[in-house]
Amino acid sequence: MKQLVLVPRLTTTILIVLHVTILLAGFLAPYDPAMQNRTSPLLPPIGVHFVDTLGVFHLRPLVRSAGRTPDYPLRFFVSGSTYRFLGLWTFRTHLFGVEEPGRLFLLGTDEFGRDQFSRILWGGQVSLLIGWLATLLALGIGLALGSVAGFFGGWPDAAIMRGAELFLALPWLYLLLAVRAFLPLSLPPHATAMILTVIIGIVGWARPARLVRGIVLSARERDYVSAARGFGASSWHLLRRHCLPETYTVLATQATLLIPQFMLAEVALSFIGLGVGEPAPSWGNLLAPLRQIPILASAWWMMAPAMLVMVTSWCFLSLGDVFVHGET
Amino acid sequence: MAKHKPHHVVGRVTWNGGMAVALLLCVSIAGNGATGQEEVLTSGAETGIPGGALVVTQRAEPKTLNPVIALDAPSREVIRRMTADLISINRQTQQTEPSLAKSWTVSKDGREFVLELRRGLRFSDGHPMDADDVIFTFQVYLDEKLHSPQRDLLVIGEHPLTVEKLGSYRVRFHLPESYAAAERIFDSLAILPRHLLEGAWRDGKLSEVWSLNTAPASIAGMGPFRLKEYQPGERVVLEKNPYYWKVDRRGNRLPYLDRLEFRFVPADDAQVVHFMSRETDILNRVSFRNFELLHNEERTKDDQLRDVGPGLEYNFLFFNLGPVDSQRFPAIARRQAWFRDTSFRRAISAALDREAIVRLVYGGHATPLWGHVSPGNRLWQNTALPHPPQSLERARQILGAAGFRWNENGRLLDSSGGHVEFSIIVSASSSERLQMATLIQDDLQNLGIRVQVVSLEFRALLDRVLNSKEYEACILGLGGGDVDPNSDMNVWLSTGGSHLWSPGQQKPIAAWEAELDRLERQQMTTLDRHERKLLYDRVQQIAAENLPLICLVSPNVLVAARQDLGNFKPSILDHYTLWNVEQLYWRKPVVAGAGPNKGVKPQ
Repeated sequence: MKQLVLVPRLTTTILIVLHVTILLAGFLAPYDPAMQNRTSPLLPPIGVHFVDTLGVFHLRPLVRSAGRTPDYPLRFFVSGSTYRFLGLWTFRTHLFGVEEPGRLFLLGTDEFGRDQFSRILWGGQVSLLIGWLATLLALGIGLALGSVAGFFGGWPDAAIMRGAELFLALPWLYLLLAVRAFLPLSLPPHATAMILTVIIGIVGWARPARLVRGIVLSARERDYVSAARGFGASSWHLLRRHCLPETYTVLATQATLLIPQFMLAEVALSFIGLGVGEPAPSWGNLLAPLRQIPILASAWWMMAPAMLVMVTSWCFLSLGDVFVHGET
Repeated sequence: MAKHKPHHVVGRVTWNGGMAVALLLCVSIAGNGATGQEEVLTSGAETGIPGGALVVTQRAEPKTLNPVIALDAPSREVIRRMTADLISINRQTQQTEPSLAKSWTVSKDGREFVLELRRGLRFSDGHPMDADDVIFTFQVYLDEKLHSPQRDLLVIGEHPLTVEKLGSYRVRFHLPESYAAAERIFDSLAILPRHLLEGAWRDGKLSEVWSLNTAPASIAGMGPFRLKEYQPGERVVLEKNPYYWKVDRRGNRLPYLDRLEFRFVPADDAQVVHFMSRETDILNRVSFRNFELLHNEERTKDDQLRDVGPGLEYNFLFFNLGPVDSQRFPAIARRQAWFRDTSFRRAISAALDREAIVRLVYGGHATPLWGHVSPGNRLWQNTALPHPPQSLERARQILGAAGFRWNENGRLLDSSGGHVEFSIIVSASSSERLQMATLIQDDLQNLGIRVQVVSLEFRALLDRVLNSKEYEACILGLGGGDVDPNSDMNVWLSTGGSHLWSPGQQKPIAAWEAELDRLERQQMTTLDRHERKLLYDRVQQIAAENLPLICLVSPNVLVAARQDLGNFKPSILDHYTLWNVEQLYWRKPVVAGAGPNKGVKPQ
C-alpha cells in the first residue's frame, strides 16, 4: 500500500510546516495584525516582481504600488513593529518588508486596510492554540474519568457514564453563546479566547471518556492483568502499566478528530461575531466579513483563511485515518 | 408667534390646476361607481400608462392585515398600500398635505382641528365613506382594550385626544393640550370601514379579524390597492382598487398598476439576487456593497440605482451615565467618573475619525454627524453646529486640561493614576456597528485608551443598556419615524423610555439635562414654526456640547428600481420607494396577460 505511506508523509510535512510558520508569525508577518491603513481597504494582493515599471530586471524583488512611483525594493530582516515571541520575548525584526510609505500586502487587505497575510499568520496562532489546548483538556479529562469508570466499574462507572451522556446531549453552541453573554465585558480578546477554549475542552470530554472506558474495561479482564493482580499489583500500577497503554492509539486518533473539530468550533463562534474579539485576528473572525455576499463575490483573497482551515482540517483528519488503518 | 394668528388653513391644495379643475375632470371621466360629487384628489405627478404589475420583496411575511393591531414592519408595509389616512406627510417635501381630509383649520390655541372630508368617496368594496367611519376609526384606535400601537400617538401629555362629528363630512378633533405639528399624527392612521368592522368591535373580537386568511371580499380600505390573494410563505398579491380617490392630471383614475405583489425573501443578499435576475422590480434598501455590485453588474447597471442621501438614522457612541449599583458593578461605577466628565466625552468625540467610518463602513454613502439631527432632515437640522475634523491634538489638550495624563508607554492615566480603559458593546447582528467599533478602538488606541469591543446578541445588549445597566459604552443607531422633533422626544426627555444613556431616571442627572427637558417641552407646545425651530436648534446645540450621544454617521438611503419604472421618487422617509405607489407606472406599454405573475417588460 504505497498510498498509505505517501499520505501520512505529506500530511505530516504540511502540518509541521504550518505549525512552525504560525509559531513564527511575528517574525514572518511584515506588519502588526491590528495596524489599519484606512486609505487602502479591500486591496487585492500585491505581487512581487523582478522587473520594474521601466522594464529593467532587478535581482532584488520589487513591490509595485498602485499609482505610486518608484517601485519599492523588498528588504530582508527589516526592523518594524514590535511583537512578542511566545508571549515572552519582544522583538522588532521581521523577515521581510518594504520601506515606508510602500506597503507589502501579499494577500491583500481587509475592510480596514489591515494586512491579510499578517492577520492570517497571527490568527492561526489563536485558532490552532484553541484546537490543541481544548483537545488536550478534553482528552485529559476523558482519560482520567474514562479509566476510572472502566477500571473500577460499579457506581463510579454509572455516574460518570450518565454524566457523559448528559454532556453529549448538550447543545454546545448555545451553551457557548450563553456563557459568552455572561462573561465580564472588560476581558481582553485573548482572555476570552482562553475561556472559550476551556469551555470547549470541558464540554468535549464525553466521547474520549466513553472510548477509554471501553478499552480499559476489556483490558482489565485480560489474563495478564489478572495474573498481575494475583501477584499483588496495586490498582494504580495495573491501570498505568497494563490498561492505559492500550488506549494510546485511540487517544491519538481522537486527537486528530478533535483538533479540527474544536478549531472549527472557534471558527463558527467567531464567524457569527461571538468568538475572539476585535482587533485580535483568528481564522474565524477573518472569515466573518464573508457573510456579506458582495465581499464573497468580489474579494477572493478574503477567502484565504478558509483554505487554511480546510487544509489543516484535512491534514489532521487524514492523519487520523492512518492511525485507524495502522491499527487494523 | 402663532398666538396672534387667527384660524389659519394649514392644508391647501398647492399644485397647479387646483381643486375646481380636478372636480370637473372627475365628473366627466371617472367611471366605476364614481358619483357626481366625488371629490377626488388630482396628483401632480407625471402622467403615466395604466397596466402591469410590480413585484417587491419583503424580509418577512406580514403577520396580519388588521391596521389596528399591526406592529411589525412587513404587516404595516402591506396595510399601508391598502389603506389611507386623513392627512399625509409628503415623503419628498417632508410637509403635511391633504389626503382623505381635503382641508383643515386649527384653532388659535392649537388644540382644535376641524377637518373637512372629501365627499363621495368609496371604500375598496364600493361602500361610501363619511364622517361616521372616521369617528369609528378613532374610537377603535383609542379603545384601551385593543392596545393598538396607534393609541400612543393619540395620547398627548396624559390624555387622549377626542373626536366629534360636526356633519356628514366634517369632524372636529380636540387635543388635551396644545401640540405642535399635531396634524402629523394623522399620517399613516388608516381609516377603517365601519360597515365591516363595527360588529366585530362591539363583540370585542376586532383584534381577531382581518388575518391573512380572511377572504379578500371582507377586507376593504381607502388605499390604492386591495387584497387579491395570499400564498403562505410565498407572497401577498394586491390588486388595483377601482374606487381609489386620486386621479392624474388627465383625469385617469390611479393607481396605474394593476397588481402589486409582495414576495417574502428573508435575506438582503437574496433580495438583491432576485432583483438581478429581474424577478423583482424594487429594492427598498440596499447595503452599499450590494449597491456597488448592482452598479457593476451588466444586468442591472442601467436600472435606477439611487442614493437618496442621508436618511433619518443616526448612529452614535454613548456612555453609561446613569446611576449604577456600585456594589454589583464596582468597576463600572468607578469608570463613570470619567464618562460623566463632559471634557472626557468631548475628547473622545474629537479623536474619532468620522470620515473613516463614512469611507470604510459605508463606502462613502453616508454623512458624518456632529449632532443628532441628520442632514436628511432639511426642515429641522441646526446647520450652525460646528463640524470639527478629527484632531488627536485637540483631544489631548482637552484631556490634559481635565487632569488626565500619560505614562511613559503612552497609556492614558486618570488623575488618581489608574489606566483609562473601557469596553464598548455592539450588536453582533450589525456588521456596520461592529466595524465602527473597530475603527473607534483604533482611534482611541492613539489617545492611549485601551478599548475592548464586545459583540452581544441584540436583545442581550438592549437588556444591559435599559435594565441591568451593566455596560460601559455602547454603539447604537436610532431612526425611522418622522422628521418632526416630537418623534424622538422619548430619547431626549430625561423621563423618556429610550433615554439611552440614563434610562428610567426620576429627575435630570445634570443641569444641561434639565435645560434639554425644558426646551423639548417648550418646543412641543410652541405652534409658531420659526420659534419652534429656534428652540430645537438650541436643543441640538446643547446636545452637541454635552455629548450624551457622540453622534457618528448617518447612512444614506440606497434604493433600486427597474429602469422603466416611471414616477419613481424614492425618499428618505419610510416607505422609501412605495410611498407614492399609486403614481408608479411602466414606461413601456405592457402586454396584457403575457405572464401568470406579471406583465412583460421589454428587456
